[in-house]
Amino acid sequence: MYRYDEFDHAFLAERVGQFRSQVARRLRGEIAEDEFKPLRLMNGLYLQLHAYMLRVAIPYGTLSSAQLRRLGEVARRYDRGYGHFTTRQNIQFNWIRLQDAPDIMAALAEVGMHGIQTSGNCIRNVTADQYAGVAADEIEDARIWCEIIRQWSTLHPEFSFLPRKFKIALTGAPADRAAVKVHDIGLAMRRAAGGAIGFEVIVGGGLGRTPMVGKTIRDFLPKEDLLSYLEAIMRVYNRYGRRDNLYKSRIKILVHEIGAEAFAAEVEAEWREIRDGALRLPRATIAAIAAHFAPPDYEPAGGDAAVLAADRLANADFDLWVRANVVAHRAPGHAIANVSLKKPGAIPGDASATQMEGIADLAERYSRGEIRVAHEQNLVLPHVRMRDLHALWRGLIALDLADANLNLVSDIIACPGLDYCSLANARSIPVAQRIARRFADLKQAHDIGELKLNISGCINACGHHHVGHIGLLGVDKNGEEFYQITLGGSGAEDAAIGAIVGPAVASEKVVDAIENIIGTYLAERRAGERFLDTYRRLGAKPFKERLYATH
Amino acid sequence: MVSAPNLKVATANRLGDGAVVYRDRTGSWSTRFADAVAVEEDLAAELLAAAGRDMDRAIVVGVALIEVARVDGRLQPASLRERIRAFGPSIALAMQPPGGEESR
Ligand code: SF4
Repeated sequence: MYRYDEFDHAFLAERVGQFRSQVARRLRGEIAEDEFKPLRLMNGLYLQLHAYMLRVAIPYGTLSSAQLRRLGEVARRYDRGYGHFTTRQNIQFNWIRLQDAPDIMAALAEVGMHGIQTSGNCIRNVTADQYAGVAADEIEDARIWCEIIRQWSTLHPEFSFLPRKFKIALTGAPADRAAVKVHDIGLAMRRAAGGAIGFEVIVGGGLGRTPMVGKTIRDFLPKEDLLSYLEAIMRVYNRYGRRDNLYKSRIKILVHEIGAEAFAAEVEAEWREIRDGALRLPRATIAAIAAHFAPPDYEPAGGDAAVLAADRLANADFDLWVRANVVAHRAPGHAIANVSLKKPGAIPGDASATQMEGIADLAERYSRGEIRVAHEQNLVLPHVRMRDLHALWRGLIALDLADANLNLVSDIIACPGLDYCSLANARSIPVAQRIARRFADLKQAHDIGELKLNISGCINACGHHHVGHIGLLGVDKNGEEFYQITLGGSGAEDAAIGAIVGPAVASEKVVDAIENIIGTYLAERRAGERFLDTYRRLGAKPFKERLYATH
Repeated sequence: MVSAPNLKVATANRLGDGAVVYRDRTGSWSTRFADAVAVEEDLAAELLAAAGRDMDRAIVVGVALIEVARVDGRLQPASLRERIRAFGPSIALAMQPPGGEESR
C-alpha cells in the first residue's frame, strides 16, 4: 500500500493545526459562519440535519487495518458508534461535534487520512475497482494510476476552483466494477494490439439531475501521457464549463452541448501544447509508485483448493457464502472475500465501531492487513488464502457480517436520504430496509440472482439509482414520500441509464411494487438470464403492464 | 394531522456540537422540541430576528422558522424533514450513545 512520506505527514499536521485555530476562533465568535463554512468544507466537515458530518476520503477505496481500526475508534469516541461507507468509497460520520473536529482530524492524520477535497469544486477522491491488484481478469493494478492521479490532483492550484465538483474513476479490468462510464472522467485500462497498455478515456458521464453515460474521447492513451491528458481535459473544462448555471456546470453538460468530437478536439489541441512537458511520467516515477502496490509474496497454493472444497462440502451455509461473496483471485490458492454491509434490515453501508475493529483484526490475520471499500457500500478482504476462508467466515459470523447476499436483491445501495441529509426529499434507508427484509430469504434471493437495486433520496443521485437494474428515487409529493421507479440501468461496462417505468408509487406501496417487478422477471426469464437481460430483451412493457394493472 | 394555522417555531443547530435546537420562551435554546415557543404570524419576524442575533453571537447556526402542526393535540413540526430533525432518524441506529444525547 502507498504510505505517506514525511512531506505528506508534515502537510497534514500543519492543516490540522490551522483548522484547530480556525475552529477556536469560530467558537469564540471571531469568525462568522459565512467565513468559516468554506474552511470547514475544505476539510470535509458539513452541517447536516442533526449535527456536523465528517466525510473522510479513502483513496481508491484502499484501507490498512490500522486505518480501519482508527475509523472504528473515531466512531466509538466521537460519533455514535458507527460510520457510513458511501458510493464514493469514502466514510461519513454523522454525529460529529465541531469542537471535536480538530482532535478527530489529528487522530486521522496519524494514520494518513483526512477529509481534504471531499467537498467543494475540486477533484474529489479518485475511485477504483475494489478488486484492483487482485482481480483475476485484471490488465493492471488500478491503484498505481489512482495514486499518481491523487498526487497530481491534491491541492492542484489550477483546479481547486472548478466550475463544479469533479469525480474520476479508474478500472484496470475489462469488467467495470468502478462505474467509470458515469463519472466526469472514467479511465479504463486497455491492451493495444501490439501488447502496449494504456487507457481508454471516457468523459462526461454522470448521474444527478441530468444522467449521462460518458463518451470515449480517446481509445488509447499511452500510460506516460496520463497526467498531461487529464490536465488538458481539466483545462478545457475550466475554460468552457458553465459557471453561469449550477445545473449546467458539470463537464457532462459541456461535452453534451458542444459534442464529444468537438470536446475531444479541444482537449487534443491543448494536449499537444503540454504533452512533452513536465507532466510526462518518467518510467522511474511510475515504477516507484508501482513498488508501493507490489503484490505480496503469496505463498504457493499447497492444496488450498482441496481444503476449500472440503469445507464447502461440510457446511451448506459456508458454501452459500462462498458462492455469493467470494471472487476469483489472480494468485493460485487465494480468493477475494466480500464482506456484505447489507444484512437485511440493517442500514446499507453502515458498520459499527466493533465491526470496523473486528474486520481490521480479521484483515490482519487473513488478508495481509488490507481492506477495500466497494462503491456498492461493502467491504472486501483482498488477499485471503482459500484454506483460511472458513475461519474468516466464522470470524465474520461473530461480527454479524456473514450475509451471503453480494449482488443480490438485498445488496441495496442506499444514500443517507432524509434521515440524515439536508438536501433529501425522501428517506432511502427505511425503504432499503423494508425491501431487504421482504427478500431476506437467501434461497429466494439466490434464485432471483444478480440484481442491482439502488435508492437515492433526491435527484442528486448519490445512491446511483439511475444505474440500478431497478432504481428508486425519492420524491416529495405534497409532503408525502413517493418513489419513482426506473428499470434497466447499469453502472457496469454495459452502462445504461434506467428508464422511468411509470408514475411514482407511494412509500407504503414500494415494496409490493418491487416484488411485482421481480415477479414479472421470474415469469418471463429464460434460462441463464439476469433481471437486466430479461428487461433488455423484453423492454419495459410487460413490467409496466403488470405493475400498474391494479391501479 | 391538523394544521395549527400560522404557528411557527425557530430552530437552528447549536454551533459547538451541531445539535438541533429550538428557541424557547426564555430566549434560550433547547434540544427538546417540546420546549419551543410557538408564535403566530404577528410575532414571527420578531422571533426570527431575536434568534438571528444568536447567530451573530456564535451560539447557533442555520436559524430558520419552521411550520408546526397539531397532531393528537400536541404540536409537532409540520414537515417530515423537520420531524426527523426534531426526533432523530426514523431508523434504529447501529448503536446508541452510551449516555444518551445530553451526555455528549
Ligand atoms: S442523493 Fe440526495 S438525499 Fe441522497 S445523499 Fe445525495 S443529496 Fe442526500
